[in-house]
Amino acid sequence: MIRSELIQIIADENPHLYQRDVERIVNTVFEEITEAMARGDRVELRGFGAFSVKKRDARTGRNPRTGETVDVEEKFVPFFKTGKLLRDRLNGLENTEEE
Amino acid sequence: MGEKTLTRMDLSEAVFNEVGLSRNESAQLVESVLEHMSDALVRGEQVKISSFGTFSVREKAARVGRNPKTGEEVPIHPRRVLTFRPSHLMKDRVADGNRKK
Repeated sequence: MIRSELIQIIADENPHLYQRDVERIVNTVFEEITEAMARGDRVELRGFGAFSVKKRDARTGRNPRTGETVDVEEKFVPFFKTGKLLRDRLNGLENTEEE
Repeated sequence: MGEKTLTRMDLSEAVFNEVGLSRNESAQLVESVLEHMSDALVRGEQVKISSFGTFSVREKAARVGRNPKTGEEVPIHPRRVLTFRPSHLMKDRVADGNRKK
């Protein structure tokens, strides 16, 4: 499934909405999540999962081709942890308790 | 960092501010986005959101695990796990936004 298919499914389910509004709605959801993480905030969507930012410490890396050492600065990376309900659903356990 | 935790409510509020819908309908639409993504993943499909990232389902083989506290061996059954790979755009935005000034 890609973004445009997701938009199409939701547009089909909501014939009273303009397609362009459904597009804005779907885009807003993903944009809000990205913006939150860019600020260092977490986004917790119970049952689905949680987006957070993890810090990777500075380290001395090595260029695998030349063997040369390089200093890698500390950096922040996006991280997603699957929610319990979705994890259970992926494994065929439909009616389990919400986390 | 990690100042705040956003929830469905914050996403609904953003949708409410973006489009002229009721708060209730905005909340339902956010839910609908998450549900359709979940359903696709449960069917084993990949969910690829351009400029955001890709969710994929991976099959994990059975293995023998160990309770780290008791040292006891426990069988871990084969299972399906979800992985999220952020897009380059998201990685860059998160790295830039959190970089120490």
